[in-house]
Amino acid sequence: MSVAPVSKAVAAHAIAPRASGRPWTFYVLLTVFMLYVLALYGPMICIYILSFQDVRGGLVFPMKGFSLHWFVDLFTQVRTGDVKGSFDRSVKLAVIVTIITVVVSFLAGLAFRRRFRGDGVVFYLMIGSLVAPGLVLSIGIGLLLNFVGIQASWYTSAVGAQLSWTLPFGVLVMFAVMSRFDRAWEEAAYDLGASRWQTMRLVIIPILAPGLVAVALFGFTLSYDEFARTLQTAGSLNTLPLEIWSMTLNVTSPSLYALGTVTTIISFIIIVVCLGTIGQLQKRRASRVPAL
Amino acid sequence: MAARDGVFGWLYISPLMLVLLPFFVAPLLVIIAASFLQSDGFGGIIVSPTLQNYIDIFTSGLTFNLYVETIKFTVLTWLFSLIIGFWVAYFLVFHVRSPLLAIGLFLLCTVPFWTSNIIRMISWIPLLGKEGLINMALIKIGIVHEPLEFLLFSGFAVVVAYVHQLTIFMIVPIFNSMGRIDKRVVEAALDAGASRFDIMRYIILPLSKNGIALGTIFVVSIVMGDFFVIKVMSGGGSASVVGALYEDVGVLQYPSAAASAVVLTIMVTLVVTAILRSVDVRKEIAL
Repeated sequence: MSVAPVSKAVAAHAIAPRASGRPWTFYVLLTVFMLYVLALYGPMICIYILSFQDVRGGLVFPMKGFSLHWFVDLFTQVRTGDVKGSFDRSVKLAVIVTIITVVVSFLAGLAFRRRFRGDGVVFYLMIGSLVAPGLVLSIGIGLLLNFVGIQASWYTSAVGAQLSWTLPFGVLVMFAVMSRFDRAWEEAAYDLGASRWQTMRLVIIPILAPGLVAVALFGFTLSYDEFARTLQTAGSLNTLPLEIWSMTLNVTSPSLYALGTVTTIISFIIIVVCLGTIGQLQKRRASRVPAL
Repeated sequence: MAARDGVFGWLYISPLMLVLLPFFVAPLLVIIAASFLQSDGFGGIIVSPTLQNYIDIFTSGLTFNLYVETIKFTVLTWLFSLIIGFWVAYFLVFHVRSPLLAIGLFLLCTVPFWTSNIIRMISWIPLLGKEGLINMALIKIGIVHEPLEFLLFSGFAVVVAYVHQLTIFMIVPIFNSMGRIDKRVVEAALDAGASRFDIMRYIILPLSKNGIALGTIFVVSIVMGDFFVIKVMSGGGSASVVGALYEDVGVLQYPSAAASAVVLTIMVTLVVTAILRSVDVRKEIAL
């Protein structure tokens, strides 16, 4: 799921088979691509537009008026549930999950550079955790908590349940990042007398920094939007996706769209910040060490 | 050195295991255990072993239909996301000449992956609804006179929502595999007189097999494990295995839910294992 290794592969091989004119297939595939992007973004853009209707607004076009009515409604009405609280919880939960995901994925990435006894088992456990139906795990964790007598809550059991989803992604991204890490750099640091900790802090972490930001992007967004695994493990207080889920079942006003607009803005801010940071880190590196 | 590496390997991997053991392995074991026990009807579990939960699953025509329905949606979603994902990735890798533009367009495809799935699902409502954009447009140009009812709250809507959400899981790994294909191989084939079709059949398809396998794992496991897309987009007209399981939990029938969960998980595992056997996914990811 990583972008980084892909870019290298493309950069190395992006030579068009024939430099002269475009074959007819180009135009067919260009159309397919444009239709795909249209279908990808079109519906989302529709609900953003519809969320800005005034009080007469409905769930479909045409647009009725223009106001922020449904956004105000969203945060002030009791009828739509505790949006503010669930929003607050979701962001906090995502931050906790992100931090743990980055640290644990980073360490696991280091471990997987070499073979160790049982590495295959760990790998397949991870794949299992990724493909296991979310609700099944959610129910299992719920039953387990019942059994040991611990109350489920969004800041304990939900954190663990979400990690079982974000960590496999994080580690997979780390695999891609690590595949471009040359062990010679680490060896050189040891040869120059750096300690294990110094090597980690001054060589490994700075080199892997863009990859770690990518892991953070996955950690945050996957946690922030996670639904099935959180369903039975969040306890009595809802996270935002759970709130949206209950809204889809009983709210039939543009409030729902307004919530969609708000939560997408948050996602976009995170995406832009992360991709921007990755770009910045790579630019700084390129300007400092032209050879790399 | 080797021994020390082993120790450090385990040291570095232990935090991951500390999450996977209590939040993946243990819950699965609990589910398996619960599936062989009985419900007291009030949310409690009676510890007396029984196979009744499984017998119920395998003898119920209703459950059989649920599985058929789930498999139908899985196959349809897989097929469409594969076709779209393959050609989008092919376009980006082989037709976009500027590598920077290719990465830019690739990112354009991946951005929605990082936004809410539920929101992306409900965003089809203003389009597919009875008074939605598509029906309005069709009536205006006179193709139909009555709004098409099958667009929303139907099997069609379910597949649309799934393909919308999951095609990205095909694009990324296929793009990755195709990006590694040496363009000189294609050149050589062209020089040797291969047709476009031959190049696709003998070079591109075999070399992107691993990407397709990886994408298939994601799409199949997500659709088979899903219940809310099917619930909302079918308008209650279709059910899924996980949907039924969720209803069971709603009425506190944990043991029967657990048995259904075990059967479903075994099915997902079989599919994933079959795919993992045909390609070395680990090599594909770690390379």
